[in-house]
Amino acid sequence: MSDGLFEKGAITGIGETAYTRGSGKSDTALQMEASLKAIADAGLSPKDIDGVVPYASGSTVAEDFITNLGLPDLRYSATTPLGGASCVAGIQAAVSAVATGLANHVLIPIGRNGYSGSRIGNRVQQMPQFRTIGEYEMPLGTLAPAQLYSHMARRHMELYGTKSEHFAKIAMNGRKHAAMNDNALRQAPMSLDDHQTSRMIADPLRLFDCCLESDGGAAVIVSASERAKDMVRKPAYIMGVAEGHPDSPSAITQRPDITTLGTAKAAPRAFGMAGITHSDIDVAEIYDCFTYIVLCQLEDLGFCKKGEGGDFVSSTSFGFDGDLPLNTHGGLLSQAHIVGMNHVVELVKQLRGDAGAAQVKGARIGLVTGYGDMGDGTVAIMRS
Amino acid sequence: MGEQGTMEIERLYPLPNPDSQPYWDGLRDRRLMLQQCADCGSIRHYPRPVCDQCYSMEVHWIEASRRGTVHSWSVSHHAFHPSFKADLPTTFVTVDLEENVRLVGILRDPEVTLSIGTALQVGFEDAADGAFSIPVLFAA
Repeated sequence: MSDGLFEKGAITGIGETAYTRGSGKSDTALQMEASLKAIADAGLSPKDIDGVVPYASGSTVAEDFITNLGLPDLRYSATTPLGGASCVAGIQAAVSAVATGLANHVLIPIGRNGYSGSRIGNRVQQMPQFRTIGEYEMPLGTLAPAQLYSHMARRHMELYGTKSEHFAKIAMNGRKHAAMNDNALRQAPMSLDDHQTSRMIADPLRLFDCCLESDGGAAVIVSASERAKDMVRKPAYIMGVAEGHPDSPSAITQRPDITTLGTAKAAPRAFGMAGITHSDIDVAEIYDCFTYIVLCQLEDLGFCKKGEGGDFVSSTSFGFDGDLPLNTHGGLLSQAHIVGMNHVVELVKQLRGDAGAAQVKGARIGLVTGYGDMGDGTVAIMRS
Repeated sequence: MGEQGTMEIERLYPLPNPDSQPYWDGLRDRRLMLQQCADCGSIRHYPRPVCDQCYSMEVHWIEASRRGTVHSWSVSHHAFHPSFKADLPTTFVTVDLEENVRLVGILRDPEVTLSIGTALQVGFEDAADGAFSIPVLFAA
């Protein structure tokens, strides 16, 4: 397999705002605050930023960053409209740009008022990429991701014997890690009984199978590797990165196999580019909009075979000190929904050895995924 | 996921275009209409302008059997828009039609016990004060 973008770029700066339910700030302000923190973390000035990948489903365009940050010569901009898979797809775009010399330091910002602004029930209907289900499914009343994705989860359960208790383990793992994180919204302990008695949203998905809706911003800087090695922070080198789209990407119900995500196409490319195997992964930050989506990605990433996700979840410890440390920040389920940029930031912290109480000892290689827009999957593998 | 912030938009209505108008007209006339490629004969759904098997843009419409089996399902206990609240809990079923395409409908038969492969038939129901019609499902 092609080396592609192997170690052509590295994450050299990270920034996060406080994650809240009620920021009192504009979406743009959240993005600028996170961006300034990431730029400062990298030891750069805004004048050094010559590339930007704004969030395609968000409220800003590249021009907003020129205006607010006084960027003197933005040379590269792109958007990656893959919903929750956008942040990792943005890394792919940024590494492509720094690898070819189009840019030296690319800013990837995200930020929104996902709780106090427009919430998910509204937002989905307004997205052009959902035109198909907007015409044929949403008018029936099945319009939110919890409703649309529950068909995938139900079929997986029926075909493979997957249980709600498997979903619970993923939710409880996120909560345990969130309780160790100062910037997490949900910290009260969650028991199996708490999960099993949480109210049903879209059977089989209960409230505690669903991610939070949150306000906040996060950003990273991707720099060319030859520059990264002389910068202030220990770089997180990007060994492999890939995106994948499922067949029938816009309508889950028309997909030949509704239990397989675009992740299954992306994962072999990312692992092949990185030149590593699953046993090399020290820590995994896996996009967790819903517990089931984590279980399905564990299969599609190749940690286990299709259909074996339930058994794999049962037999694997996911704590920061476990077999496969998973979502060590608490994830979208219990830290905050920052569209998965919080997963990217957490992986970089882990690889720097800067992840606080949930630091994975000796973490050297890690994986982060994005997932969104009804089935798109992205995967990045990084090393310290 | 409370009720806050869910009142800003009207109920979503289908916005038929030339590719899909016959489907919506069919539902109103109590007929389930599907696109068939006029060149290679492939049946496709949801309606769209190009056949992904032979790339032809020539299409005609056939009336489907309305017979199918359960592919998967979901029971909504939370309305993500207030206009659907009175209908809770709502069972949405993904059905494999005999024509080898899938359709989503609301189950209107409380006697049906769902599992993969359960036989169902498609019926019709007016929605949103008769503004459009939707597929609903009953035991075969």
